[in-house]
Amino acid sequence: MVGITSYGAYIPLYRLPLMEIAKAWNVPPRGKGERSVANYDEDSLSMSVGASVHALSGMDRSLIDGFYFATTTSPYAEKMVSTIGAAALDFGPETRTLDFTNSLRSGTGAMIAAIDALKAGSLNNVLIAAGDTRAAQTQGDMEQTFGDGAAAVVIGNTDVAAEIVDTISMSDEIMDVWRPSSETYVRAWEERFGFTVSYSKLVPKAASMLLEKNCLAPQDLAKVVITAPTIRRHKGMGKALGLTPEQYEDSILPNVGNTGTALPLMMLVQALETSKAGDNIMLLSYSNGCDAMLLKVTENIEKLKNRIGIKHQLESKRELPSYQKFLTFKGLVPVAPVARPDRTPIAAVTLWRHRKDYLALYGSKCTECGAQQYPPQRVCVKCHAKDKREMVGLSQKKLSVFTYTQDNLATTVDPPVIVGVVEFEGGGRAAFDITDRDPQEVKVGMEVEFTFRRLFFNRGIHNYYWKIRPLR
Amino acid sequence: MPGSIKDRVAIVGMGCTKFGERWDVSAEDMIVEAVYEAYEDAGIDPKDIDAAWVGTLWGLTGMTISKPLKLNYIPITRLENGCATGSDAIRNASYAVASGVCDIALAVGYEKLKDQGYSGLDLPFTASAGGMADDAAGVAPTTTAPAMFAVMATKYFERYGLSPEEGKRMLARVSYKSHQNGLLSPKAHFQSKVTMDQIMNAPIISWPLGLFDCCGVSDGAAAAIIVRADKAKEFRKDPMYIKALQISTGGENRLRDDYDHTHVEEIYQSGLAAYKEAGITNPRKEISMAEVHDCFSITEAVFMEDLQFSPRGKVREDIENGFFDLDGGLPVQPDGGLKCFGHPIGASGIRMLYEMYTQFQGRAGKRQINDPVIGLTGNMGGEPPGCCVSTIIVGAKLG
Repeated sequence: MVGITSYGAYIPLYRLPLMEIAKAWNVPPRGKGERSVANYDEDSLSMSVGASVHALSGMDRSLIDGFYFATTTSPYAEKMVSTIGAAALDFGPETRTLDFTNSLRSGTGAMIAAIDALKAGSLNNVLIAAGDTRAAQTQGDMEQTFGDGAAAVVIGNTDVAAEIVDTISMSDEIMDVWRPSSETYVRAWEERFGFTVSYSKLVPKAASMLLEKNCLAPQDLAKVVITAPTIRRHKGMGKALGLTPEQYEDSILPNVGNTGTALPLMMLVQALETSKAGDNIMLLSYSNGCDAMLLKVTENIEKLKNRIGIKHQLESKRELPSYQKFLTFKGLVPVAPVARPDRTPIAAVTLWRHRKDYLALYGSKCTECGAQQYPPQRVCVKCHAKDKREMVGLSQKKLSVFTYTQDNLATTVDPPVIVGVVEFEGGGRAAFDITDRDPQEVKVGMEVEFTFRRLFFNRGIHNYYWKIRPLR
Repeated sequence: MPGSIKDRVAIVGMGCTKFGERWDVSAEDMIVEAVYEAYEDAGIDPKDIDAAWVGTLWGLTGMTISKPLKLNYIPITRLENGCATGSDAIRNASYAVASGVCDIALAVGYEKLKDQGYSGLDLPFTASAGGMADDAAGVAPTTTAPAMFAVMATKYFERYGLSPEEGKRMLARVSYKSHQNGLLSPKAHFQSKVTMDQIMNAPIISWPLGLFDCCGVSDGAAAAIIVRADKAKEFRKDPMYIKALQISTGGENRLRDDYDHTHVEEIYQSGLAAYKEAGITNPRKEISMAEVHDCFSITEAVFMEDLQFSPRGKVREDIENGFFDLDGGLPVQPDGGLKCFGHPIGASGIRMLYEMYTQFQGRAGKRQINDPVIGLTGNMGGEPPGCCVSTIIVGAKLG
């Protein structure tokens, strides 16, 4: 049996009420809710790693033999990005990695590719992470309807929590929503055009084909995950499919927004969170065609109920203090440079040499005296034994703030820079940037956790590393 | 202890430029200014110099001084030991003289910081501010120098139960004292009167450190002429004798979880070694005056405890009772310290000795300390913990 064995999701902490955007431009709000906003140090990959960490919670990571990353907002046009994620998640060198990009169906496409690989017997446990931070022009509708987020699912063949019963894919060439590789912002043709000639026809067709093929009727489905660009289209599709509101009403569109490639996976996670053994779930993922998937939930779903997914993170949030903050987080307005020295240019050699300690956050533990230390040391900081060490992954350790400061002088999009000297569970200390924080709440002794972030961009390189944040 | 420098060498000439925003002069101009003052003070000619050491964060070889001074064909070493660079130039020059291989050595320190276009310090090191070795990837936190020391203030307040208000007041009193002294110090960068309220209410640079908790970033140069102690009186009647020269350099102790982050072990260790070398058993009583590394107010406070001037956790009483004021039991930063005299990195260690020298010779004007016998300078390069700290003890007399 091939199916989903685990899931996780990531919604960035910050939310912006649509009313704030509407007020900023004197345009009507596109709903009463809010949209999620990635922090300035987050992107499609960092959020995907965040979702993956939740999905992998309690799992033996060495079992993962495939990692697919799906996005339309990849940090690189040429360079594999799933390898960065695989390094951060500490997967072995024999993991099959691949990026699925350029389409909002990349996430479900990656899932189908993984399902086929499992059915063919070439892979056993594939993690698929989809994340997006799509850029919309200011004052337009999409600025309000887009959101940022990520989700991750593990597809395996043992202890399956939701069997993937069947999948179908349909393709349809149309210019409805697109972004040329030379441009930053998503473009769209008149929305009614794509809706009328493609979306409203293709999605019901895929749904009915899948139901017929599996001898099911709409009422046999406990939940249907509909992906739509807006909540209005979402509800319309639910009705068009002949569903009752209970079958489709859960959606992250009103309070997170359209998270692009991540949307179908995030909403699948949302459906799994409230499902029970025996439930049939249908997933419909639309973009230049439609991927449709039929899942059947098993008893193993109960084992996943402690996963951090959509429900928890919808609640775990902080309102952005202003629309201006949104513009700077998104890099839409330049921030005045602080009069500080230029950063030392990044060296690809150093990044490579330290890939294990920087990306997977490995420290060393002295085998003579037991002292844990980060970064790894050849000569022990305590007993000075040379090369008596074993490497230990620290990214999942419990942490507490030993001391900190709020630096108003350092350059950042989100002042002040808050640096914490943290103590690792099991010993040792190191200094990290504290992100996703309210400066007022940072205290000596507070518990914090690691979060994978994009530090800065230099020499064409996105520099990823770990920061700490208050527990979410 | 293997050997001791005590009373083996003496400083017979010193020079120090005005510190501050020296827009109109170059580093070379300041080197000439400080070194020629020292030549004149010692009554020597440039050709009398046998060897020289120059301390600066930037530069290439000893030519940084041989070019402006035309010190042709003598051995010159350029060295760098962070903010303790100047003190280490003195140490190297002193050891050379003590060894007998040269008779007259020159130590120079300088920095031209105000040409860089911003306040604060650019660090020319591979290791970034967060202090990770081999970090060209730049993953260490994006901190500035104030942040590296502010974390110590945060922890000090927490450990000793000081409210933010009490902690800030203690630190403000450190800077207040230095500003009072700076007013009397003609070569100091800052010579303005400031009030406790001004200090307490100044903008925060890196919490809990405000603007007045941070030292000046300055241009400046200082120089010293070092000879054997037994020859010193041939140059002048009032030489300054070196009693101890110690530098303590820490390993990666910031990674240890048994460090309290409320003291700097390197300061404590260099103090211990220096006291032993100089034969000092009760520093609080025996030391007449001190210039220590007050890059930030918290650094000076911690220096007072690590040098055993004040008991651990109790420096607040001494600070607030005026014990370190110019008219207190142990005047500290009589010339205004890094806070007001300024901090051109390579020059600072030598500038501290310049004040000791001036005080011993009774030339300190309105800030003159009554009959000083023993002086101490403490110079720190790096951050707590993970720094090199120099303690130099000097005296007006042999023995």
